[in-house]
Amino acid sequence: MIARRHFLQAALATTALYGASGFGNWAKLAAQQTLTQEDLIGTGGAGNVTLVHITDIHAQTQPIYFREPEFNLGVGSALGQVPHLTGADFRAAYGISQGSHLDYALTYGDFAALAQSYGRMGGLDRIATVVNAIRSERPDAIVLDGGDTWQGSLPALRTNGQDMVDLFNALGVDAMTSHWEFTLGSDRVHEIVENSLQPAFLGANIFDAEWDEPVFDDYKLFERGGTMVAVVGQAFPYMPIANPGWMFPEYSFGLRRERIAEVVEEVRGLGAEVVVLLSHNGFDTDRQFARDIPGIDVILTGHTHDALPDAVQVGNTFLIASGSHGKFVSRVDLDVRDGALQGLTHRLIPIFSDVIAPDPYMAALIAQTRAPFEAEMGEVIGTAGSLLYRRGNFNGTWDDVICNSLISQRDAQIALSPGFRWGPSVLPGQEIKREDIYNATAMSYPQAYRTEMSGEFLKVIMEDVADNIFNPDPYYQQGGDMVRVGGMGYRIDVNAPAGSRISEMTLLETGERIDPAASYVVAGWASVNEGTEGPAIWDVVEDHIRAQGTVTVNPNTSVDVFAD
Amino acid sequence: MSLTRRKFVGTTVTSAAALAVLPNLSLAEGAGEAISAYTGGAATSDTGITLIAPEIAENGNTVQIEVSAPGAEEIIIFADGNPNPNVATFKFGPAAGSQAATTRIRLAGEQDVVAIAKMSDGTFAKAVSNVKVTIGGCGG
Repeated sequence: MIARRHFLQAALATTALYGASGFGNWAKLAAQQTLTQEDLIGTGGAGNVTLVHITDIHAQTQPIYFREPEFNLGVGSALGQVPHLTGADFRAAYGISQGSHLDYALTYGDFAALAQSYGRMGGLDRIATVVNAIRSERPDAIVLDGGDTWQGSLPALRTNGQDMVDLFNALGVDAMTSHWEFTLGSDRVHEIVENSLQPAFLGANIFDAEWDEPVFDDYKLFERGGTMVAVVGQAFPYMPIANPGWMFPEYSFGLRRERIAEVVEEVRGLGAEVVVLLSHNGFDTDRQFARDIPGIDVILTGHTHDALPDAVQVGNTFLIASGSHGKFVSRVDLDVRDGALQGLTHRLIPIFSDVIAPDPYMAALIAQTRAPFEAEMGEVIGTAGSLLYRRGNFNGTWDDVICNSLISQRDAQIALSPGFRWGPSVLPGQEIKREDIYNATAMSYPQAYRTEMSGEFLKVIMEDVADNIFNPDPYYQQGGDMVRVGGMGYRIDVNAPAGSRISEMTLLETGERIDPAASYVVAGWASVNEGTEGPAIWDVVEDHIRAQGTVTVNPNTSVDVFAD
Repeated sequence: MSLTRRKFVGTTVTSAAALAVLPNLSLAEGAGEAISAYTGGAATSDTGITLIAPEIAENGNTVQIEVSAPGAEEIIIFADGNPNPNVATFKFGPAAGSQAATTRIRLAGEQDVVAIAKMSDGTFAKAVSNVKVTIGGCGG
């Protein structure tokens, strides 16, 4: 239960550049029940270069429900700033009325009820319709994918990402960057990049670990109507730390600020009038990049799954946050004159699957990729008795189901589940199909381990993960949300120094404090260590849900969060 | 079950556990004495030297650092939290084309890496970079 929260309102900096928004005209239309595909897609603003940004789709080709976070705490200079506004604060910041379709798309409140009214969002066939519409108006629009594309569903798992590679090729993506892509293993990434990938695979911060040389392309130059645009790629910086480094041992990542600054200078020297950073840094890190690295006009952010209706301006750099799971597509029109960016217009296009028609060609391709797995994915395992969701700084109800599965099926006292941000929601009363379980768990290191840990060591883990999220310096934030915990409660003081954020750790089965010297049976999954053994997490969860029949998760009150 | 806890947290377990038990050593307790001995207690400038180190080490056993100080005769590197903080000294002769070096060092947990350049005029410049060594996992 959240004890106290303290948010400060954001004040956006302004310069002579303009950042216009195509957002906010729809409330009346929605109220009149006359929202149309044309209204959602709209038209662009003034400008001569058009970018389309999609990111963090996590292999979700189908329309899904995805509840945005209730808790998304900002620390340090991000305190009270977007994207760390949720619920009513988010509505107030963007003038969104409660219960509107944009409230449903962008916040967490009344999610299950609003989902009944507004339906699922996303769907790659709907995204194709939007991209095609933009292209029909601007044939040379540059379509950019921020990564986390090849992982997150059963078909992507079974085909080692090939389904998503083929579908994004068909979408006509021009360039991409990466994160979870590397969890397919470096051999597989190379195979895809060499043989079947059409978009440029960009990562100026991906280096050969032994020879300290860049491995992939740093940037791609596009000439559009006489304007030279450089797109620089920045892959997820903490790849070998947050994910299993043994799967791609020959690569080193890192923020590499100095290197990115050099690449920006290099492309400027080659005549780029506009520099776009296609990034998987996460929003707060990208905001700090904007402060620290001169010469970047636009940062297309990814990784932290934030969807923001307006560009955020930092100095002369605009940050665009386009959400996740295919819920949104950003259109950005750049006004480039006299060799420089004069301003931009941004439109966050929500993909309401009942309003935007599927593109028949893409729909057929998607059906092909799913056909071999339809019977397997469609099997009903149980029913959701309450809303199942994941996203947020602390436990989501899907995580609670996973932790309960680990405790019941692996006979553990305490369960740990990683703070992933991906995984669609399941509504109360909805059947839980095997596909839904894979949507919350499908990845390449799923072994559910069982081990013993001392209370002291549990504290070390909790503190370490907490500092990776709540370190006030965004460059020291490794990514991911807080580790999800079952069977144990704790208190977290978000703004306390590293090593002293976690207290009052309590074993829930006895109500007793965790004893640093005692040993506890702990089950978890997604260990980054080679040789981890155990059944795949999706089988553990499936067994648990089958045994339960209807899965009802009560509100989790075992984490006390202090944020000021 | 064959999984040991050492496996679960990976190769950084030793250093991470040490970090939790021993509070981060400050300069005064770590390399402070060695730095004073090197500079003879002279004041150090914070300009004229650039130290590039990762914010979070991918592997604490081999952390790449780059240092450059145009006009330096010597650059000395300290790992403030290592049992033996004195890591390396680079000497540059008068014919050296540049005064820069890249090396890989081992870090026993989160700590400050300190680089001090001794300039040809006898002054000193210092750069400090904090490198975190973490258990990892959970990124997503």
